[in-house]
Amino acid sequence: MKLKVNQQDRSYEGDPQMPLMWYLRDELGLTGTKFGCGTGLCGACTVHVDGKAARACVTPMADLSGKSVTTIEGLSADGNHPVQKAWRSANVPQCGYCQPGQIMNAAALIAANKNPSDAQILEGMQGNICRCGCYQRIFAAIKTAAKEA
Amino acid sequence: MSFSKYKDQPLIKNVSRRDILKGIVSGGGFVVAAQFLPRMAVADGGSVNQYKTGADGMPGGVVWNPQVFVSIAKDGTVTIVSHRSEMGTGSRTSLPMVVADEMEADWSKVKIVQAEGDEPKYGNQDTDGSRSVRHFIQPMRWCGAATRNMLEQAGAVYFTCSNMEVRAENHKVVHVPSGKSVGYGELADIAATMKVPSLKQIALKDPKDFRYMGKGNVQLYDMRDITMGTATYAQDVHVDGMKFAVVARPPVLGGKAVKWDEAAAMKVPGVIKVIPINGTPMPAKFAPLGGVAVVANSTWAALKGREALKVQWDDGPNKVYDSVKFKAAMAEQARRPGKIERNEGDFEAAVKTADKVIEREYYVPHGSHATMEPPAAVAKVAGGKAEVWACVQSPGGTRGDVASTLGIPEKDVRVNVTLLGGGFGRKSKCDFALEAALLSKAMGGTPIKVVWTREDDIQHAFYHSVSYQHVTAAIDKNKKVIAWRQRSVSPSLMSNFMPDPKRESALELGLGLIDTPFNVPNLRLETGEAVAHTRIGWFRSVNNIPHAFAMQSMIGELAAELGKDPKDFLLEMIGPGRIVDPRKTVTSELWNYGDPFETYPIDTARMRAVVERVAKEAGWGKKLPKGEGMGIAVQRSFQTYVASVVHVKVDGKGNVEVPRVDSCIDCGFHINPERIHSQIEGAAVMGLSIAKLTQITFKDGRVQQSNFHDYPVLRIGQGAMDVRTYIMPHPPEVPAAGVGEPGVPPFAPAFCNAIFAATGKRIRELPLGDQLSA
Ligand code: FES
Ligand code: FES
Repeated sequence: MKLKVNQQDRSYEGDPQMPLMWYLRDELGLTGTKFGCGTGLCGACTVHVDGKAARACVTPMADLSGKSVTTIEGLSADGNHPVQKAWRSANVPQCGYCQPGQIMNAAALIAANKNPSDAQILEGMQGNICRCGCYQRIFAAIKTAAKEA
Repeated sequence: MSFSKYKDQPLIKNVSRRDILKGIVSGGGFVVAAQFLPRMAVADGGSVNQYKTGADGMPGGVVWNPQVFVSIAKDGTVTIVSHRSEMGTGSRTSLPMVVADEMEADWSKVKIVQAEGDEPKYGNQDTDGSRSVRHFIQPMRWCGAATRNMLEQAGAVYFTCSNMEVRAENHKVVHVPSGKSVGYGELADIAATMKVPSLKQIALKDPKDFRYMGKGNVQLYDMRDITMGTATYAQDVHVDGMKFAVVARPPVLGGKAVKWDEAAAMKVPGVIKVIPINGTPMPAKFAPLGGVAVVANSTWAALKGREALKVQWDDGPNKVYDSVKFKAAMAEQARRPGKIERNEGDFEAAVKTADKVIEREYYVPHGSHATMEPPAAVAKVAGGKAEVWACVQSPGGTRGDVASTLGIPEKDVRVNVTLLGGGFGRKSKCDFALEAALLSKAMGGTPIKVVWTREDDIQHAFYHSVSYQHVTAAIDKNKKVIAWRQRSVSPSLMSNFMPDPKRESALELGLGLIDTPFNVPNLRLETGEAVAHTRIGWFRSVNNIPHAFAMQSMIGELAAELGKDPKDFLLEMIGPGRIVDPRKTVTSELWNYGDPFETYPIDTARMRAVVERVAKEAGWGKKLPKGEGMGIAVQRSFQTYVASVVHVKVDGKGNVEVPRVDSCIDCGFHINPERIHSQIEGAAVMGLSIAKLTQITFKDGRVQQSNFHDYPVLRIGQGAMDVRTYIMPHPPEVPAAGVGEPGVPPFAPAFCNAIFAATGKRIRELPLGDQLSA
């Protein structure tokens, strides 16, 4: 089966039930997609599939034939996507482990809605846990990024 | 806290690096070689301002030798070693920033490398107890100042002038008379030949010359990597030839695997081997729990293999552990006379003369750290040597534990420290790294990565201890509290280190129970007995959570009872500004976070000041709409004073919102205000999780929760989105104190005091859950 990962063509012949997360992390070495819960509950593994946010830990490889996957490593060539920039200027991260997932989710949210309301931001980010508790800054960074995107 | 048995080791040379860890730069290639010199004694007195901390008493003590921590390349790049683990507090940035500031380095030319576990070389590395800055701000200032001194001496050689004519300034040494200057890179060769000055020979910078300390102008060193997904945590480590393992661990502490279907696991494509791991009976320190491991070509195959094992367990005696029954047993203990741990005046006599006696009970359940990165480690054990990559808060202790587990000398163990995706105390215990080491050995030297899943993490943590507190207060006719007795019942974390400790140890009692500063003439603090049926561990601020919850909630209850303003009554209970010294009235010892009391006394003037400041900032006393309320609480922990005002809004259905939190922190001299704000914001979020949501319960000895669906932690928008932090300013002479933990303890009582103010309902058991809607 064929898919694209960060614009590169890939073919995959393994277990079709294996979640995308393990393919990215173990086979491609794209470890920016984090393992947090494995059950779709925390958002640490968020990637884009055809531009939409998806939890890689509950997306089986079987669903990805002909699809295009973008990971945090492929979000922007230079790491300067408006969301990444906003994250840095708001000093969002603490341990940083949840942040690639947060950023990918936020980037998809803004791509789908250029001008999200406060409620839409909170609703859209509900699935991404930050155990360090950076939520206040995540919220502020998304507002900044939405203005600049 | 550290319980490492690890003591100073003979001086050794680094073992060479056999595998280069992706994403972590290896040292070397610099002009000033990190030559290994004996640890330098910390002299008394001298020209630098100095105070004693407990750092010298920790394993490995203090090292500040610039030749260990600093190297300068010819191009001027300054490389500074971070010897403490980074788990989100920012210490990996903040301590090197202190070195850079003192040595007059330009932060944009600074690189940071992470130290391997080697306490004889770097000094203590236990990144817990909110100690990184508290214990190492002085050594890192000495280190930076000594480096500056060596560079200035090199500058004098370069300009052939006297030392008096040169001055280090922003990555250069300036020849003052001529105004000429030379860059640090050009001086590196000469500086490397200079003798490291003694403490008496160095002078610390005047605070007015600080470039970075106290300014908040330095960003997290790993910021760019984190936002690009290239930061490496233990779960991300890849070593050539590495295989993946997951372990089926006994669901009940002390249980054993009796039967499993190895053939079924081996049938899963990609599974290579099934390996039983022996458990160790308690007290087992951080030894693996035992069980059955599945080694495979991928994490996915290992997980499928583990599912196929269908292990049958012999649960052993801890099968009796049942949270409902245990709570009742603890309550019974708490209602009986306990062991007196601190006694002042005559509690019984005072109660007899009292106008009113009020008794209350408080309960805090087990909690699990649930670090965003579940534990993970890679190990390669071959030829009698071991190399480990792990997300450990205890690199030095891990090295010792790997050595003793494998029966090899410590000099043959290298522990590489990755970034930690959260720690909160969980990753002070290296059981996961020991599993990796044992499995690599069993695989004949194949590098093995042990992956813990979220379920593994929630079900096999070192849990925050469950606790029951019984408080009795006596009030006289003048509405004064004349007597206070608090009984604390909680299984002790010392159960990992000694057989049945029965009650909280001195260390746990010092976490907010026997160190209470209350101005009550008849004061008695007691403990009751409780047995540990699971692994108890330290969790961000540890027993301060239940002790402060009970004390600060009781203050709120008494204020209501007496018709006094809760903030005024809190100040009345704290009493006038003074040094409270319980050392003479405690039964055994006053554990002062391992530090000398003289350096870090219990200072009620500072406690009062944070209460008054936070009340003012929060607008305490202003009229609030119906259904809203503010609560206040304060706690001294880890030598820091934090007071919080929590504002809640409760609707008719009992849903609680937390629109605003104000916290004032006095942590002595502070160096990185931006990270202090982030820690206090995070503490409010974790505090709200503890107050409202999280609990671990046991039935038949088994943890009943397994992932974020039944162990829900706070999500965005569920409160504490507007946390305002105020930092008390102090000069460097006021000893720096902890930051990572002290924001947590006041939160839950302030929250429950606010709920009372809003609704008249008193919450005495955490978490809140649906108590308001029931
Ligand atoms: S790891 Fe995928 S949602 Fe948590
Ligand atoms: S920054 Fe640590 S989990 Fe979000």
